[in-house]
Amino acid sequence: MSQLNKQSTIVTALISIFLAMIIGSIAMQVAGYNPFAAYQALFVGSLFQAFDLGETIRTTTPLILTGLAVAIAFRTGLFNIGVEGQMIVAQLASLLVGIKLNLPPVLHMIVAVLVGGIAGAIWGFIPGFLKAVRGVNEVIICIMMNFIALYLSNVLVRNWLSEQGTDSTPKIPESASLRVDFLSEMFDSSRVHLGIIIALIMAFVMYILLWKTKRGYELRAVGYNPSAAEYAGINVKRNIILSMVISGFFAGLAGAGELLGTQGYMAIQSAFTGIGFDGIAVALLGANTPIGVILAALLFGVLTYGSQNMEHVAQVPPELIRVVVAAIIFFVAANISGILLGAVKKKRRAKES
Amino acid sequence: MIDMLTNILQTTVLYSTPLILAAMGGLFSERSGVVNIGLEGLMTMGAFIAAITSLSTGNPWIGLIAAMIAGVILALPHAVAAITFKADQVVIGVAINFLALGLSVYLVKFMYDAGQTPTVQKKLEAVAIPGLSKIPILGPSIFQASPFTYIAIVVVILSYIILYKTTFGMRLRAVGEHPHAAETAGISVIAMRYTAVLISGALAAIGGACLSISIGSEFNQGTVAGQGFIALAALIFGKWNPFGALGAATFFGFAVALSLMGQLIGLSKYVPSEVLSMLPYVLTIIALASFVGRAVAPSALGKPFEKGSR
Repeated sequence: MSQLNKQSTIVTALISIFLAMIIGSIAMQVAGYNPFAAYQALFVGSLFQAFDLGETIRTTTPLILTGLAVAIAFRTGLFNIGVEGQMIVAQLASLLVGIKLNLPPVLHMIVAVLVGGIAGAIWGFIPGFLKAVRGVNEVIICIMMNFIALYLSNVLVRNWLSEQGTDSTPKIPESASLRVDFLSEMFDSSRVHLGIIIALIMAFVMYILLWKTKRGYELRAVGYNPSAAEYAGINVKRNIILSMVISGFFAGLAGAGELLGTQGYMAIQSAFTGIGFDGIAVALLGANTPIGVILAALLFGVLTYGSQNMEHVAQVPPELIRVVVAAIIFFVAANISGILLGAVKKKRRAKES
Repeated sequence: MIDMLTNILQTTVLYSTPLILAAMGGLFSERSGVVNIGLEGLMTMGAFIAAITSLSTGNPWIGLIAAMIAGVILALPHAVAAITFKADQVVIGVAINFLALGLSVYLVKFMYDAGQTPTVQKKLEAVAIPGLSKIPILGPSIFQASPFTYIAIVVVILSYIILYKTTFGMRLRAVGEHPHAAETAGISVIAMRYTAVLISGALAAIGGACLSISIGSEFNQGTVAGQGFIALAALIFGKWNPFGALGAATFFGFAVALSLMGQLIGLSKYVPSEVLSMLPYVLTIIALASFVGRAVAPSALGKPFEKGSR
């Protein structure tokens, strides 16, 4: 991660996005699609009408939170690849509060969101605890926890929560829903919900926590150099666990938002949604800063939601966007832009002398 | 009773095969010090290429070879980014998984205008070994198995010999444990790691091919569905050792067999199939938390090699 801070992160991000979109165009050109028409359809179809804009914001909402989740773990030197699983258990927890508890409106929603966040935090605690106490690589535990969460939710939905004869649970009541009329009306009755407010608040919380508090200083110090942090009297183990718990909490809020705002129910899932994995790309592209995460999430929201219109108008299969996302991760992680800029500078220097 | 045992053993062997192959792929890469989260993507690419090549040539053996080549090609950017550009190996693995799934489903939709390939008619069918296949229970499962199973057994034995009995293997392991010492002894860390990552691509892709042209007979986006990650778990559960990984992969295959046959043998009345599917993952976590620790993993695993640094 330290590579990212050395040079302008915005330049890195823009060059990587540009190169990745070229890769995407090549993939389209080779298959005989028109890349210009496709990209145009992608942006027009996600930003130009109130309804589409609302849906783009809805798609962006969980990406901000999963991006923050991955970013805060990265800052402490941890790789939370378990966001996907943390989201699933949060959805389960929020659903249970939604359909099993009877609470007045607003309070019901707040409790459901918080319980979701806490469920995600618990799911994040386990790899954090094992890393801190047993020295086990958190990446492996997180991957395992993802699958356990997926099967756990399926077994509960199938055997306990689903309505007779269906593969899905009943819908949560209005009182627990994150959807509010004024937002939906503002965006031409799209499914945009209060989750976006939660996401933006959390980005602000992360900024204050990491850069304005002593605890945040400790978290970052552990990320920079755990041995030095330990020597300076910082409790490294406690900070590792704390970082994974906060990360899991953010992931949990993403799950809660998806359940209480977007879907309203759970169904048996054959595979992961991928929103958690996208969080890795969002955090990388956003250089692990809150504002960067918000912007990167917006880009991914546009790409994901816009890909539907791209298929509709230019017939390009929406999976093309996965290729573009993969290329973005690749270029940022391998610091291709740094290598390119380095080469340009060298040439310039050679010319001058 | 005999029939049931035969049936369970047969299914276990069948479903362990792709896991064993991919785990051996992971073994080479990780013993050289490169984390391979990308096994899932390499298997996906292998499954996809094997299916479309078998469909277009009508010969599944060509499909198998094409899958291997595709695996090596996909492993190349992984190697370049992780070794030459010293990128975070886990992040690059994630990118490889994204790329493989995205590209293969994109191409399937482009080529067939559908979410899956047509059915592969000529698959690699089970081959009976004369005489041995007549042994009760063991015969029908091990000696009348898919060619992939025989390949997997040979690959495990070869992996053991290569890693522990040859100079090449000794060097590969040295690079994964103490790259600087290895470099001082005149071994090229970079070249060894490239070789290991490319071998890993070929083996994982064969594992993927097994899913689309032997166990199954088509490719869609759910063909691999996390088996690359189970293979990774098997590798860790087996303590990064060929026979250990073989044992773990077989055990995980057994869990899959039970979850598939739960209905048939009446097990699903007591244990939901999802719980059986969960088993490999829960066991791996328990194993990692208790006896397999940091101490067993190759000590340079995940660390990019910087010449001259300490």
